Amino acid sequence: MDSQSRFDLLNGGVHSKWLHRFALLTAVTTFFLIFVGGLVKSHEAGLSVPDWPTTYGEFMLTFPYSKWVGNIFYEHSHRLLATLVGAFITVEAIWLQLSKYGKKLKILGWIAFVGVCIQGYLGGLTVKYLLPTSISTGHSMLAQGVFCLTVTIALFTSKAWPNVERTLQTSSIDIRKLSAWTVGAIAFQIMLGALMRHENAGLAIATFPLANGRIIPEFTSSGIVLNFAHRVGALIASGFVLATVAVILRDYRYDRKLSRPAIFAVVVLLLQIALGAITILSEKAVTPTTLHVSGGTLLLCTMLVISLQAYHHYESKAAKQEESLHREPAVIPSTIS
Amino acid sequence: MPDCALANLLKPLEAMIIHPSLRQLGYMLSLTLVVGLVGCGKKDSDEEDDSGGKSDAAATVATVDMTNGATIVGTVKLDGAAPVAKVINMGGDAYCGAAHKTSPVSDDHWVNNGGALVNAFVYVKDGLGGKTYAAPATAITLAQKGCTYEPHVFGIMVGQTMKVENDDQTLHNVHSVSAANESFNEGQPPGTPAKEHKMTKQEVMIPIKCDVHGWMNSYAGVLPHPFFAVTGADGKYEIKGVPAGDYTIECWHESTKSDAAGVTQDQKVTVAAKDSKTVDFTLKAQ
Ligand SMILES: [Cu+2]
Repeated sequence: MDSQSRFDLLNGGVHSKWLHRFALLTAVTTFFLIFVGGLVKSHEAGLSVPDWPTTYGEFMLTFPYSKWVGNIFYEHSHRLLATLVGAFITVEAIWLQLSKYGKKLKILGWIAFVGVCIQGYLGGLTVKYLLPTSISTGHSMLAQGVFCLTVTIALFTSKAWPNVERTLQTSSIDIRKLSAWTVGAIAFQIMLGALMRHENAGLAIATFPLANGRIIPEFTSSGIVLNFAHRVGALIASGFVLATVAVILRDYRYDRKLSRPAIFAVVVLLLQIALGAITILSEKAVTPTTLHVSGGTLLLCTMLVISLQAYHHYESKAAKQEESLHREPAVIPSTIS
Repeated sequence: MPDCALANLLKPLEAMIIHPSLRQLGYMLSLTLVVGLVGCGKKDSDEEDDSGGKSDAAATVATVDMTNGATIVGTVKLDGAAPVAKVINMGGDAYCGAAHKTSPVSDDHWVNNGGALVNAFVYVKDGLGGKTYAAPATAITLAQKGCTYEPHVFGIMVGQTMKVENDDQTLHNVHSVSAANESFNEGQPPGTPAKEHKMTKQEVMIPIKCDVHGWMNSYAGVLPHPFFAVTGADGKYEIKGVPAGDYTIECWHESTKSDAAGVTQDQKVTVAAKDSKTVDFTLKAQ
């Protein structure tokens, strides 16, 4: 019993097929919403509807399609899709509440609900305060947070999640901590990217890979600082991702729950670096720029899944040793592989 | 700062740390979320700009003497090859596309024969000793026609009314991006009566844009005196009624990089009563 994952508590040891499917749908829709949000910024459409929550004085849901002209198309689509995601997350929270899933998973559902409500309100504030960097960046980051919650809920409601026997880690490096730090590094990198994007500093350094012909540019403006920070951040985040993937492929190759997302992460990382370069070289063309934003989110959630799986399935050596000191030798599980 | 209060609202996210094993993950995510919001206030502190200060200096209201005042004239030219005018794709809004018989081109670098630069803003930047002038009662009209702004560049006095009209059968939003004055953003669906605004502080220039139609740009130069002009199709300008004195005249023109503040050039000139002086400018293409 002791080697069973304590994450079971989150789940309650049950599985509801339809609720899990709905959670997946919610996560995918949320991801798409982030993509459309990226399109809004790429088109500079954020203020094309100057009022909120109304749309040119009309009720949002009945604003006629004939008026979705120019950039209103992107902004209004984003608002409608956000409303749908808000509704999905609300239904998800209520559904979880009524289900047999564990109490802690229910709490997670309500945290997502609160998160999406704040997110909607932040979206309104970006309109009312004419897109100040602080609110726009907060809106971008909370989007990542809410999306991560929807992914987490989808994972925790899955059939394979409960009743897992934890195994002792075989790697010398703690894969759980390493992957958690990787999630943090990517989140930080996304924040730098969001700050840079909302300060319109994406082309503050117009060359790649060199920064204005040098390895380290002259820091003559805050835009250059932000831009360079995002480039350094890319190196650090890539380092973390590659380290995590290397440990997984070395020591957990046969655990497909880790190795599959790890290989996926490498593919996304390579695409992400390429898209970042294309963003600069194309002078922020809409498609590569928006895909680069979404790629960051995808990499974040991939590493999050890896990390959650690692915590769920593996036990650290240190914890195991400490545990064994406090118990009778006969009770040490023989299932350690 | 109403937006900063939101950082506190995010605290429930800390409840995500529901289990010791999740702690690292939770720390990472909530730290990043909070740091993202701590950007609060950064932008607002930058907004105190030097362009607004001067108008407060003197309280005396002067009047323009057209008979004894000097005239400053000149031509603004572009040095080097004119940038190729960008063709605007108005396809995103069928009304806008249909409003133009030929492909509309961007008017940000409108250069005529011999490099005459259209839409340069020329004004007395310094030398009036803080004198302020009463704003005329007549309003300046900024029209939205065929999904472009008319005029593209204009001067307006502090306290003078700016009337924004929508002559189009499509929706526009009118969005001023001001550093010294209060920025605004309002919707103007077809048939909406003209919106009126008054700028309270000197500011050269305030970009005004439409976010529905990303190509729509206009620039307002706000001054506490009437000594300003915008170059016409021949690149010429004329400023009348300038009192005798030593002045710095500045010429402003928008840059091809829409984010940038524009290109400026200053020149000194001394005028006596009834003088007519020529001050020409040559701006570098960029
Ligand atoms: Cu418009």
